[in-house]
Amino acid sequence: MTLRTETFILNAGPQHPSTHGVFRMRFTLDGEVIQDVEPVFGYLHRGIEKLAEGLTYSQDIVFTDRLDYLASMTNNQAYVLAVEKLAGIQVPERAEYLRVIMAELMRISSHLMAVGFLLNDIGAFLTPLLYMYREREKILDLYDMVCGQRLTYNYMRIGGVSQDIPEEFVPALKRFIDSLPRFIKEYEQLLETNEIVLIRTKNVGTLSKESAINYSAAGPVLRASGIKWDIRKADPYSVYSRFKFEIPTGIKGDVYDRYRVRIEEMHQSIAIIKQAMEQIPQGEIQTKVSRVLKPAKGEAYGRIEGPKGELGFYLVSDGGTNPYRLHVRPPSLINLTALRELLIGVKIADAMAIFGSIDICVGEVDR
Amino acid sequence: MTLALQIAQLVAGLEKSVPGSVTESGGNIIVVKPESLFKVLSDLKTNKEWDFNYLSFMTAVDYQTYFEVVYDLISLEHNQEVLVKTRLTDREKPVLPSVISLWKGADFQEREIFDLFGINFTGHPNMKRIFLWDGFQGYPLRKDFKQS
Amino acid sequence: MELNNLPGPESNSYLDMDREEGQGIKLTKSLYQAPVADPDAWLTEEPGHNIILTTADAIIGWARSSSVWPVNAGLACCAFEMISAASSRFDISRFGMEIFRPSPRQADLMIVNGTLTWKMAPQVKRIYDQMAEPKWVIAMGSCAISGGLFRNSYAVVPGVNNIIPVDIYVPGCPPRPEALLYGIQMLHKKIKRQSLATGRKKT
Repeated sequence: MTLRTETFILNAGPQHPSTHGVFRMRFTLDGEVIQDVEPVFGYLHRGIEKLAEGLTYSQDIVFTDRLDYLASMTNNQAYVLAVEKLAGIQVPERAEYLRVIMAELMRISSHLMAVGFLLNDIGAFLTPLLYMYREREKILDLYDMVCGQRLTYNYMRIGGVSQDIPEEFVPALKRFIDSLPRFIKEYEQLLETNEIVLIRTKNVGTLSKESAINYSAAGPVLRASGIKWDIRKADPYSVYSRFKFEIPTGIKGDVYDRYRVRIEEMHQSIAIIKQAMEQIPQGEIQTKVSRVLKPAKGEAYGRIEGPKGELGFYLVSDGGTNPYRLHVRPPSLINLTALRELLIGVKIADAMAIFGSIDICVGEVDR
Repeated sequence: MTLALQIAQLVAGLEKSVPGSVTESGGNIIVVKPESLFKVLSDLKTNKEWDFNYLSFMTAVDYQTYFEVVYDLISLEHNQEVLVKTRLTDREKPVLPSVISLWKGADFQEREIFDLFGINFTGHPNMKRIFLWDGFQGYPLRKDFKQS
Repeated sequence: MELNNLPGPESNSYLDMDREEGQGIKLTKSLYQAPVADPDAWLTEEPGHNIILTTADAIIGWARSSSVWPVNAGLACCAFEMISAASSRFDISRFGMEIFRPSPRQADLMIVNGTLTWKMAPQVKRIYDQMAEPKWVIAMGSCAISGGLFRNSYAVVPGVNNIIPVDIYVPGCPPRPEALLYGIQMLHKKIKRQSLATGRKKT
């Protein structure tokens, strides 16, 4: 006798413990196997691109903090890079080194959160997350020392940074960087020999090389599929050409490779911070820029390698005090284009592991 | 990118394959006519000399008399970048062919341009609003959008 | 509630579900244009006006305030300061609140943090309606209090108190975890003073 089955629609709604924010997916399920998935966006669409046209260039830096709120320093860096390209402003050396140190610390913090939440979604509920939070709180203390904020820093300015580091920053940073490799090794030991983590992440959600390029994936998702592409080496900005570091790549492009690429990138960030701390010169921290900046008519695109992928700002100026058009290239939204292909034919329990490994931040997806 | 693009060579190559398409060029920007946009983009992707296989981003800008749609293409192999722009003068029903058959990464970005500007992309399998809700009147990022 | 009386989608296709959602949002936008009054009658009423219930009030108030369980309703950046408050450094477990329930049926408190957009507003109202009495709401961060940085946007609700009544407002962008814990202590004081005789007005 034949079995008659019917598909049904399951809503992983905007309020959900594993969707990393207000994100909705409509699954069409046949039993436990996913036939179709439709992601629904827009629950955090605040209209930043329209609001930015109403404020001046330096006032727009506060909007960039709230885009990818887990990595505010790198957002600031991308925006001021775009404005400096547009207006032709040179940045002093000490400011560049300070920007690099803050950006690499931000990368470590963002990857810690990404790995912690991925393991949270797989089922190791809250323990890896609280361990990663231990290190993240130390990074946030360092940021608190420099600019007084824990989450939305607003630290970088057009032409430099806003404040110099206090004296107690350098010994605290040195203590933190010296102790961090031991902690990363501790997490690796706890997790990588665990059979359940290996079964749930290996060969799950494989994204091939050609697909990754065609879907415009960027960041760890692209590198885990085997493509060695990092903006810090391909199109060097700031002072990254003076540091020696490697680009970790994966082999297959499954969830395990993306997790490993993030752990290795943390080690590379530690190496960059150590070199930056040795090479940092004395000097000014911000060039003199007029209070109300009026760049010449034109356009510019400034891109950086953020923790989630290539983050870029496309600015068009018409000679006035406000930008005529500000467009953000959102790495999280573009990485999600591959989601539908990755999830079809997979059981629903694997869906959250795959989704967590892409590592999105909804503030950036919806802007 | 680290290698500077030989823009004159690129324009000459495009003139041979798609004659009369490029209207302006300079730096690493070329401006093409909307009718020949799809042929130019597929030529840039498939031609082994240029091999622009990665679409970095696409967006639109509203200059009061025309819309300008910008595509940023990168060649991962040769480490080069080109910006391809096109201008649409019709403000009532602007229409462009979709490039989703060339780069699947254009999926959500075209829906976003439709949602915020009103530019329709023919050939897209799922052309509907992405950020704003069904029933929202108007296209917010146009310069003549009035909030109710 | 009018939102619950909408007819469902005509079919299971995505377009019809989108249309139904759009109608719900249009209804929400038309109904909730002015702020709902804050439940602050407790500030001016006299304590112990009902002699018979004072000891019962004291015990029940102490019991209610010692284990308030929040529901997971984090929307944007402030959610991460709430998660920091729940982590091991700024322990929220010492107040009995470490159980963050994903389901609103088992929760007493809704901490709304982050920007509320019109698209998300019917969902927040639905979560609030599904919570059982007694229930309280904390609006955390300037986006939840008044729309914050995004107040002039075409898609943002100017403050969560347009949709639901709010008990405690915690300002900041984002407020530090210590500020959230201070707000929670104020909420405990309020809960203890709530009397069985007066209860709460229904919205």
